[in-house]
Amino acid sequence: MRERYTKQLDNLHNNLIHMGSLCEEAIACAAKTLIDGNLDMKEKVLSVENDTNMAERDIEQLCVRLLLLEQPVASDLRQITAAQKMITDMERISDQAVDIAELSAYMKGNSVKSDIHIAEMSRATIGMVTASIDSFVSKDFAKAREVIASDDVVDDLFLKIRKELIQHITENPAVASECLDLLMVAKYFERIGDHAVNIAEWVLYSLTGDRYATTLE
Amino acid sequence: MDKFTVKNLNLYYGSFQALKEIQINIPANEITALIGPSGCGKSTLLKTLNRMNDLVEGCKIDGTVLLDGKDIFGNMDVTDLRKRVGMVFQKPNPFPMSIYDNIAYGPRTHGTRSKATLDLIVEKSLRAAAIWEETKDRLKKSALGMSGGQQQRLCIARALAIEPEVLLMDEPTSALDPISTSKIEDLVSTLKKDYTIAMVTHNMQQAARVSDKTAFFLMGEMVEFDATDKIFSMPKDKRTEDYISGRFG
Repeated sequence: MRERYTKQLDNLHNNLIHMGSLCEEAIACAAKTLIDGNLDMKEKVLSVENDTNMAERDIEQLCVRLLLLEQPVASDLRQITAAQKMITDMERISDQAVDIAELSAYMKGNSVKSDIHIAEMSRATIGMVTASIDSFVSKDFAKAREVIASDDVVDDLFLKIRKELIQHITENPAVASECLDLLMVAKYFERIGDHAVNIAEWVLYSLTGDRYATTLE
Repeated sequence: MDKFTVKNLNLYYGSFQALKEIQINIPANEITALIGPSGCGKSTLLKTLNRMNDLVEGCKIDGTVLLDGKDIFGNMDVTDLRKRVGMVFQKPNPFPMSIYDNIAYGPRTHGTRSKATLDLIVEKSLRAAAIWEETKDRLKKSALGMSGGQQQRLCIARALAIEPEVLLMDEPTSALDPISTSKIEDLVSTLKKDYTIAMVTHNMQQAARVSDKTAFFLMGEMVEFDATDKIFSMPKDKRTEDYISGRFG
């Protein structure tokens, strides 16, 4: 029964997986621009971000069509509601990947970043985004909870980096400009971590009807 | 507080068991929706609540149905039961008489003769059914000249005229257009402060919009009974989810 509807819900799921993979790619390329100074990657981030925007628009339209024509209820409705919210976070992740890539490409100076924990922070954040998308794909409650818990790690890294940067500026004011850029980059990573948490919370909602569920009831 | 308490209710039409071990408490001053595919037993349960199945040949009922704690199959007089538990059917069925006489029919049958009292009852019932403004200038006209939506609200007014405590509604809007449907839904929502309402509906959105509690029936069994928002957002039973999302039925 309702074959067309079921097929459209499958499409929605697949489109979300695709958009999630675009996000992962955007942030991974942004990290390469920052850590390796690979400027080709900046162009790649811009192009992926454009694809993400288009994917967001397509998913939005599909959700509205499903709501309008199929009057979904129960888990179908939760899936569609969660999708509508998740794509906003995914789109923001790509935007912030662009911000990181642009800032990294034009960053003045290159002496501080290897001394601070920014590479570790980028790995932790990419890990959160990947895990949040995985938890959605595999409908994995425990994994979504892990993403939410791991936000503290990223937040702690941000504070650690901030402290490191203050120390660098105090010791050598000439690196202040690079330090401020790096602080911005760290803040973008921290925000991306928050978006990954939001995605994980919508996975919980989709599975349980409660964004803050602690047990799978 | 529960208006109806149904315990271990089994109902047979001959050798066919239409209801199996039904346990349901219908709360007072709330709207309870009964949903399920055709032949699942929801209308049978509704009709059992005012003993409309009594005259069906071969119908056998065991179990308990309590109205305010009293067994409706015990010492309760059927006429008294039906005065307390009114019913509105799928298809509007006004009597072939004037609007006024349609409403006054019940109270007259129950002994009210005074014209002044009947006038009051007619106005009060038509107002309660949100149809007074449309009918006040044509009370002596035939009810058969009204639109389907008006006829159905007239039937609700007729049911209210004998001041029941419970209104049973069997797909009350399935024969109506969307505007009339919306009027009946608004009406039902306002009526619940004074009445207990049990409604059979095939319209999932209607059950979700209007009712406080929803019971899902399948092949004579009550699969799930819970708060309506729970049933439509997080049903416990997969069969409920499959039915409300249109995957079978």
